[in-house]
Amino acid sequence: MIRLIGIAVGLVFSFVALLAFVFGAYAAATDPAEPTAEHEFHLAPRPLHLASDGPFGKWDLQQLQRGYQVYKEVCSACHSLKHVAFRDLAQLGYTEAEVKAAAAEWTVPGIDPNTGETTTRPGTPTDYFPSPYPNDIAARAANNNASPPDLSLITKARHDGGRYVHALITGYRDPATFEVDGKALKMEFPDFETPTGLYFNPYFPNLNIAMPPPLTTDGQVTYADGTKATIEQMSTDVAAFLTWTAEPTLVKRRQTGWPVLGFLIFATGLAWFAKKNVWAAKPKQTETV
Amino acid sequence: MATTTGTAEPAAPTDGEGVRRRDFIEIAAVSAAGVGALATLVPLISQMAPSKDVLAESTTEVDLSAIEPGQAIKTMFRKQPLFVRNLTQKEIAEADAVPLSELRDPQTLQERTKEGHENWLITMGVCTHLGCVPLGAGEGEIRGEFGGYFCPCHGSAYDTAARIRKGPAPKNLEVPQYEFTSDTKILVG
Amino acid sequence: MSFPWARHYEPKAPLMRYLDEKLPLPRLVYNAVGGGYPVPRNLNYMWNFGVLAGFCLVLQIVTGVILAMHYAANAGVAFDSIEHIMRDVNWGWLIRYAHANGAAFFFAVIYLHIFRGFFYGSYKAPREMVWLLGVVIFLLLMATGFMGYVLPWGQMSFWGAKVITGLFGAIPLVGEPIQIWLLGGFAPDNAALNRFFSLHYLLPFVIAGVVILHIWALHIPGSSNPTGVEVKSESDTVPFHPYYTAKDGFGLGVFLILYFLVVFFLPNSLGHPDNYIPANPLSTPALIVPEWYFWPFYAILRAFTTDFILPAKLWGVLAMFASILVWFFLPWLDKSPVRSGHYRPLFRKFFYILVVDVLVLGYCGGSHAEEPYLMISQLATAYYFLHFLVILPIVSMIERPEPLPFSITEAVLGEDKQAALGESGQPAVSGSAN
Repeated sequence: MIRLIGIAVGLVFSFVALLAFVFGAYAAATDPAEPTAEHEFHLAPRPLHLASDGPFGKWDLQQLQRGYQVYKEVCSACHSLKHVAFRDLAQLGYTEAEVKAAAAEWTVPGIDPNTGETTTRPGTPTDYFPSPYPNDIAARAANNNASPPDLSLITKARHDGGRYVHALITGYRDPATFEVDGKALKMEFPDFETPTGLYFNPYFPNLNIAMPPPLTTDGQVTYADGTKATIEQMSTDVAAFLTWTAEPTLVKRRQTGWPVLGFLIFATGLAWFAKKNVWAAKPKQTETV
Repeated sequence: MATTTGTAEPAAPTDGEGVRRRDFIEIAAVSAAGVGALATLVPLISQMAPSKDVLAESTTEVDLSAIEPGQAIKTMFRKQPLFVRNLTQKEIAEADAVPLSELRDPQTLQERTKEGHENWLITMGVCTHLGCVPLGAGEGEIRGEFGGYFCPCHGSAYDTAARIRKGPAPKNLEVPQYEFTSDTKILVG
Repeated sequence: MSFPWARHYEPKAPLMRYLDEKLPLPRLVYNAVGGGYPVPRNLNYMWNFGVLAGFCLVLQIVTGVILAMHYAANAGVAFDSIEHIMRDVNWGWLIRYAHANGAAFFFAVIYLHIFRGFFYGSYKAPREMVWLLGVVIFLLLMATGFMGYVLPWGQMSFWGAKVITGLFGAIPLVGEPIQIWLLGGFAPDNAALNRFFSLHYLLPFVIAGVVILHIWALHIPGSSNPTGVEVKSESDTVPFHPYYTAKDGFGLGVFLILYFLVVFFLPNSLGHPDNYIPANPLSTPALIVPEWYFWPFYAILRAFTTDFILPAKLWGVLAMFASILVWFFLPWLDKSPVRSGHYRPLFRKFFYILVVDVLVLGYCGGSHAEEPYLMISQLATAYYFLHFLVILPIVSMIERPEPLPFSITEAVLGEDKQAALGESGQPAVSGSAN
């Protein structure tokens, strides 16, 4: 009985699934999906090598300090970094005094201890990076209704993290002349327009991004360590810095991982021989009968 | 190995321990598992210790400029009350007049304040008996019979140098580590 | 224990004898996973996954209890509290990655355990109750895994909660009130997050309880084995300890190597980047997908795109639930007297098709809901239901199984020993409870 009901139920579900398949296949055959510019002209991030890549990667502290400088002088005008505290900068190789000085260069919201009014004060190491806007509505209002995302986790919140950041901020193109594999965007999609207030960027999922090109000229930042601040250099450095902000424990994680794996391989080897040993002593079949 | 145990096992199945000889490799494998389990305890236990943000907030800056002689304020240090008191000359004299031999926890006022700032008595507001907050720092609060602080929980009375004079508390109110960063500012912790 | 030759627990130390009189816990352990539990001697490595699943449950409970010490189940701060764990709590990053990836490994182990059961007919009499309890555990596990994924309150958490509770909205008439009741609001928010946290903390202990029943039910007939032939004599078995404790110890080592490889070097590879974006009710991610372990069921849900008597959405929901509920009926759908797939040539072919089918469903479930993935998942869904509800009953009627070995011992040691065993060839299963 169960089997008869089962067969009936199974046939019904299969029939409906196949019915959906027939309709789907018919629709796909008669009305194929239109190719879209987002699909045809979106680019995967360009390759980028950072010192922190790979299972043995380590932070390049000089580069992270340069990246911090780029964030501070360029990105922080619009983007917050709210999960990072100034005290975390000590991990970039700054001394305690330098961290204090770096924190004091920022203005954070505070409360007047006498009146209770909101006010501002210089940052201290325990403060977190302040947001450039008091709230999300203000951020939208100031940016053509597109809220600049917090950057603390940006490289973990996007596929290809650091490479995406690097490709995006250097990836602005002119849609009129943009080509992929010899195919021109304007030839394939003559109607493609970048709306006013947006900027064409093939590394952004829908090709039109609200962020204006952040790095426009070489030397936009004057590096403290004398490195030549080309656009390529600045974008690489800030990608490295944002890889660090997303996961400050990244290098420590891998460094913990190697001894753990080594120990486990050793212990599992022992377990293998112990298992063989135990099973070699299996009672003989003839003795038990 | 295989032969000895092979014959031993069916012959004496109720012998328990004598069933098979443990040899080196098995002891090593079980020991390795034990070492691994012990190492695992390190993160499992240390996660309960104060986290980085808690440790980072272990210093507090206090502005002294608004505290008149005879006044005291209650502020926070490591999520505990901190008493900051501007002693009057009379209170300093009272504290200095007490012979050390009379004290349960002998300390002079000089030892409990910073040189040149003897009028500034900075102590934790945590009774050394069972951790209540003593009265006396707030405006109008009773200060006990020795004019310092008075703990309402079990009646410990502290003098103007916040030394224990009467009641069950064993120690003077703790003086935390601090330093004067300017004449009107201290950094505690 | 179920076999007359099972060894008896005989404590020697006075303390153990005292304990055995007052609280025979060591005896229980001895009879459950010690020398007092005779196990078929021919179990292969597919039989490691039960113990591994038990290990995963303990791992998840330990890391989960620790995470709950630092996590805050409030929509305003939940996301930040996770980052607090990752950045500031001592070893917090390790414990969180261990828990998140532990869930993935738990499901991987459970799926291997389930498919072991499919292939070797572990669901058949006399082990139906073991199987039914196992399906209950799996359902509880799915609920726990889903609610746990909501807790970080990222974009995938939020939209996952919205989509999955939306399934209940497909039920005619009462659907929408049920959805609102489940969420405690009109969209996932504080109320939903809090109750998910509460239940996510509770359910693992319910699972632990059902696991005890699962093991209890298993110990009545004893473990199955790759030949599917029941244990007949003592020579067919070895004591669980030390033979299978040693084998499970090695299996655990291999598991831990793979697990920590992911935890330390690829901890985000099984998750989705969007869950590092805080929940935003105003913006839907381009692709809403659950964690990989739900992909096959998600593909079945999305495969129904055509209204036929009932609305397409309801078909999808019914099919998704039916795809798991059908496992409950497996012991009565597959009536073949032969248990193991080793001796069932026709069944074996369909089994391998099912494995591929589920993998295909999984791939489609993780992809965008567009062609050709929809068409593929529609075909795969049709096969899935045909397999369990139509093919299995028919195969079990028409198939001619290959000859079975006389006993486990014969299967292990070869046919020439068969004569020696002839006399002890009595089925040794008794119904006595442990």
